[in-house]
Amino acid sequence: MNDYIISVRELTKCFGDFTSVNRISFDVQRGEIFGFLGANGAGKTTAMRMLCGLSYPTSGSGTVAGWDVMREGEQIKRHIGYMSQKFSLYNDLTVWENIRLFAGIYGLSKAETERRATEVLERLNFSSERNTLVGSLPLGWKQKLSFAIATIHRPEVVFLDEPTGGVDPITRRQFWEMIYEAADGGTTIFVTTHYMDEAEYCTRVSIMVDGEVRALDTPARLKKQYATESMDEVFRILARGAKRGE
Amino acid sequence: MSAIKVENISKSFGKVKALDGISFEVERGELFGLIGPDGAGKTTLFRLLTTLLNPDEGQAEVDGFDIVKGYQAIRERVGYMPGRFSLYQDLTVEENLDFFAALFGVKVEDSYDIIAPIYRQIEPFKRRRAGKLSGGMKQKLALSCALIHRPSVLFLDEPTTGVDAVSRSEFWDMLADLKHKGITILVSTPYMDEASRCDRVALCNEGRILGIDTPTDIVAGFDSPLYAVQADNMYQLLISARRARGVVECYPFGEAHHLIVDAEFDIGQFKAELADVQGLCIKPAEPTIEDMFIKLMKQ
Amino acid sequence: MRGNFLSFVKKESLHILRDVRTMMIVLLIPVVLMILFGFAISTEVNNLNVAIVAPNRTEGVRQVVDRLANNPYFTVVGYDSSIDIDAALRSGKADAVVVFDEDFEHLITQRAEGIDTHPAIQFIFDASNTNIAQTGTAYLQNVVSADHLQQELLNLHLLYNPQMKSAYNFVPGIMGLIFILICAMMTSVSIVREKEMGTMEVLLVSPVRPIKIILAKMIPYFVISCINLATILLIARYLLDVPMSNGVWSIVIISVIYLLLSLALGLLISTIASSQVVALLISAMVMLLPMVMLSGMVFPIENLPTVLKPLPYIVPARWYTEANRKLMIMGLPLSAVMKEVAILIFMTFVLMGVSLKKFKDKLE
Repeated sequence: MNDYIISVRELTKCFGDFTSVNRISFDVQRGEIFGFLGANGAGKTTAMRMLCGLSYPTSGSGTVAGWDVMREGEQIKRHIGYMSQKFSLYNDLTVWENIRLFAGIYGLSKAETERRATEVLERLNFSSERNTLVGSLPLGWKQKLSFAIATIHRPEVVFLDEPTGGVDPITRRQFWEMIYEAADGGTTIFVTTHYMDEAEYCTRVSIMVDGEVRALDTPARLKKQYATESMDEVFRILARGAKRGE
Repeated sequence: MSAIKVENISKSFGKVKALDGISFEVERGELFGLIGPDGAGKTTLFRLLTTLLNPDEGQAEVDGFDIVKGYQAIRERVGYMPGRFSLYQDLTVEENLDFFAALFGVKVEDSYDIIAPIYRQIEPFKRRRAGKLSGGMKQKLALSCALIHRPSVLFLDEPTTGVDAVSRSEFWDMLADLKHKGITILVSTPYMDEASRCDRVALCNEGRILGIDTPTDIVAGFDSPLYAVQADNMYQLLISARRARGVVECYPFGEAHHLIVDAEFDIGQFKAELADVQGLCIKPAEPTIEDMFIKLMKQ
Repeated sequence: MRGNFLSFVKKESLHILRDVRTMMIVLLIPVVLMILFGFAISTEVNNLNVAIVAPNRTEGVRQVVDRLANNPYFTVVGYDSSIDIDAALRSGKADAVVVFDEDFEHLITQRAEGIDTHPAIQFIFDASNTNIAQTGTAYLQNVVSADHLQQELLNLHLLYNPQMKSAYNFVPGIMGLIFILICAMMTSVSIVREKEMGTMEVLLVSPVRPIKIILAKMIPYFVISCINLATILLIARYLLDVPMSNGVWSIVIISVIYLLLSLALGLLISTIASSQVVALLISAMVMLLPMVMLSGMVFPIENLPTVLKPLPYIVPARWYTEANRKLMIMGLPLSAVMKEVAILIFMTFVLMGVSLKKFKDKLE
């Protein structure tokens, strides 16, 4: 059990009569890049919210980073990293002010913040941009920076919600290299994306349809199982059977 | 006469140059794609061509009318679907369609033949409020509304962004259908894999056009040898492969990494150099639009 | 094209009807405000607690105290020969203290004979609320000096609002406020919402001049405002007993002019604002506050500092409130407010002109 950073059983979330997430069970190993795919309205966002401690499941059980998803949402929030495409950083603060703010939120000491910030900026070749307003950075840079900030407190697991939407192909790859690097260093990555080529980058992929996890395996084995050339086709085969919309 | 003719158009917002001397032409009845990431200037270009903005420099014509002088005429004959869902969420499907018909002074019945293939799919939900529709259905409604007055040119700004792969594919089928009805379509997308669904594409980045051609010819322009490499540990492979002799570029590409090499490269030697990489597998690869985009961006 | 215009009006009405919560607020605001200002909040001074300090309880003193005790506005909370005045005021036990001189009888007689003496009565007032203090002092003065002798010297006669009911005074002001709120704020927000939602882009890229759609937008708000006008007039007449002795039509006429003016103002705000929040802020900060402060609704214009005196001239609500006061409370005919009518019409044309000119059919 301890090898799994995320482990959920029969996790369910209902909104009134509507079962958004229907008894999903899966485990995510430490250091894995776990792709979490699903058509619009499949319940991806709801499931991710439960795993991030933002909402409590209606029923089921599970742990994220060792904390109970049914009861310890606050602890989960403190011990994970989270980055979404929509809200990433404060545009009217500088790069450094953003780092300091988020480091502060996660309770890093002043000296520690300084040390890690310098390290992050060097790794990203951002040292010269330390005092630049985030709003004036190109989108790709912002996304890289916001990933660096989401991991500033060295969480064991990072949740990435469509982190590369609208980013150019080069920056998108640089971003994935950061993900690779983080995973190589032992951080678990939990990522959603609409780019099917990115699904191939993942160690394992799960595909949600109508609130249930319909497939979960390595990309290679999924492609074999569905006798297709690409994850794109695997996804289409599964998602075409979807009964409900958004 | 071409349906859209853009000559050397530039547009700045403050210090940011959104478009920098762009020129291209779209033939009548063509399905033309603008492919590029956010910040490429696609939306600005759409707003110029739909007469919402005036250019700083250069000129453009849509359906034979100048975008500055003839803007009223252009508004009569184009259909436009902006990047965001821009229908009335609190009105029903039917009310939205009726309103847009009234806006263009037409009757829904008179245009029913053209919207039917699309609208029929959402007609069962015509009393549902637009805000309660799924992403794919919203898109179909928006397209129906943009078509209600039988436009000769259709502008679609990132219609497939944020939509799942299945709905995206369906949407492109609908566009192919409209093209056969003689409508000129200019469509933008950040997804490189959608380029193959267009007759011709322009690859755009940071306000410039990197290349314009048919998808096949764009790919044909990729003149360096390309390999796909795989291994058990893909990250380790990425780092090791970049150090190998003759490797110009190595980047992740789906299930494999793509390797662009020069004359010095030799497969046997490459394998020897990466002997410690478990499960190494290398084979020649076919370049894609995305490979070409990356190459053009780096130039 | 006529059918077109109607379908735009229909679309706009649907927006309003679908948003039940907002519609309820819009329809209830006038009722709530009228009742609030009419009954709850008033500048009338009621139940003033008065402590009395009189070293000698002479006949004259007793008469004054009786008058105070019998007056509905005052409650006598203490009658002593000496108290700690400061403590009484500070503790809030008394709002005012009336202090009689030891020689009260004597001083009064001397005064009556025309001999100049030092004052016989002192009022000490808790002036932390200046409004209450001012009005209260005036009341006190009236009651205390209502002596036979003084009554002959002082003849106070209140016109138009003889009971000095403040509700009357507030009705025209509230009307000025409500119409700005609904017409200017609601229309501007609803226009700006289209910008924010992106629907404005689609509207612009159509052969219909956007201004036509905008004008269609105003109609339902105009209708709602007319319903509000009716509600207000009914409440004013039957609940607050505002006389309106010269009939209601002149009030309706001037109100309709003011409604059009407010709509034009809303249109102007919408051309400036880029988001609903900005539109709300502009309406609240730039429109509502100055209207409340400078229209004479709460603070008399005469009391403004000299530098600010010219400002009310450009505040439409001031002219409306003033005219409305004449029509509603003084019961004058429409011909008496022709100046205000002319000014309001002029302002409407200027605002309409500016906002139509400023309204662009492009994004920049």
